[in-house]
Amino acid sequence: MEILLTLLQLFGTFFVIGLFTIGGGYAMLSLIQGQVVVDHAWMSESAFTDIVAISQMTPGPIGINCATYVGYDVIAGMSGSHLLGIVGSLVTTLALVIPSFIIMLLIVRAYTKFNHNPFFEGVMSWLRPAVVGLIGAAAVVLLFRFTWDGWSVKAAVVRENIADWKSWLLLGGAFVASYWGKVGPIAVIILAGIAGFLLY
Amino acid sequence: MKEKVSLWRLFLVFSKIGAFTIGGGYAMIPIIEREMKRRGWIPEEELPDIVALSQSAPGLLAVNISIFAGYRLRGVKGSVAATLGSILPSFVIILLIAMVFTAFKDNAIVQRVFLGIRPAVIALIAVPMLNMARRSNKTWWAWLISALALAGVAFLGISPIWILLVTLVLAVSFVYYKERRAR
Repeated sequence: MEILLTLLQLFGTFFVIGLFTIGGGYAMLSLIQGQVVVDHAWMSESAFTDIVAISQMTPGPIGINCATYVGYDVIAGMSGSHLLGIVGSLVTTLALVIPSFIIMLLIVRAYTKFNHNPFFEGVMSWLRPAVVGLIGAAAVVLLFRFTWDGWSVKAAVVRENIADWKSWLLLGGAFVASYWGKVGPIAVIILAGIAGFLLY
Repeated sequence: MKEKVSLWRLFLVFSKIGAFTIGGGYAMIPIIEREMKRRGWIPEEELPDIVALSQSAPGLLAVNISIFAGYRLRGVKGSVAATLGSILPSFVIILLIAMVFTAFKDNAIVQRVFLGIRPAVIALIAVPMLNMARRSNKTWWAWLISALALAGVAFLGISPIWILLVTLVLAVSFVYYKERRAR
């Protein structure tokens, strides 16, 4: 009974998180932390930090990884059953996705309808270059961390991503292979993983 | 549209995309670009639109992109297939880790492999950006928008959603003004 109630609470909590996450996975992590660690006290701060680290290292969207892990951990911890843990992870993962689903379906329907409308085209001709900049920023942010002190800015290399000079070589190699060599991204990731294993 | 894509294929292709997305939604873009281009599923010009609209909606970028692309290929059923496909690998891998290897992140081999993957992912994000820029930035004006968006997020730490909202408001007012003047 207590487990059923927790499953319902998890569903409600992750549904709301899915609905109010604007700005992607990292924004979502702080919402999940607020709910799971602070409000409901389903797990400790350090257990959550471990989950975040694993979510970043494993493939797939960070928010999904984290939600799956939390759902399993909370319910399996409570019931001592792997099977109920899996049910818990299904509940949190689906609850997280459902709000996106409803909203995105409305957006994509509107897009399909207005795609060739001149007004819409005009607006998109502004948004497309903005997206180019956003993607560029995603790459820059993974490389450098900027800290402002009044009007002066300091740039520091993000050590989790760029450990040493070998990382720059790997970055350059991956760029050349992908941009000029037309090597597929999946092949690049596998090769980089092997190179990392051999180099470090 | 071309021949109908089967739901099962859609599911499989998106689970492949999900399995190799390491480090968040933007890391998914190179793989989506490659898979869609190779199969001719979605015209290249649509990719920045998909990213722009997916980024504007709540939720995870990677999930929103799957819903959007799946819908463009096979309607509502397609978006369900693509979304389930893209979250399945995460789901299985995380469950395995949660149940079996709790010491996963401290494993030395895993850490070495990821030291190699992380810098490569940064390069992979830059490649579709350059491809998109070549296609959609035809005027100096477009390059200025890209540069401002990049600087706003990377240097000033403004959230991408604000960048898109401000661009949207400016774009709507400008396009509306131009159309009224043309009349």
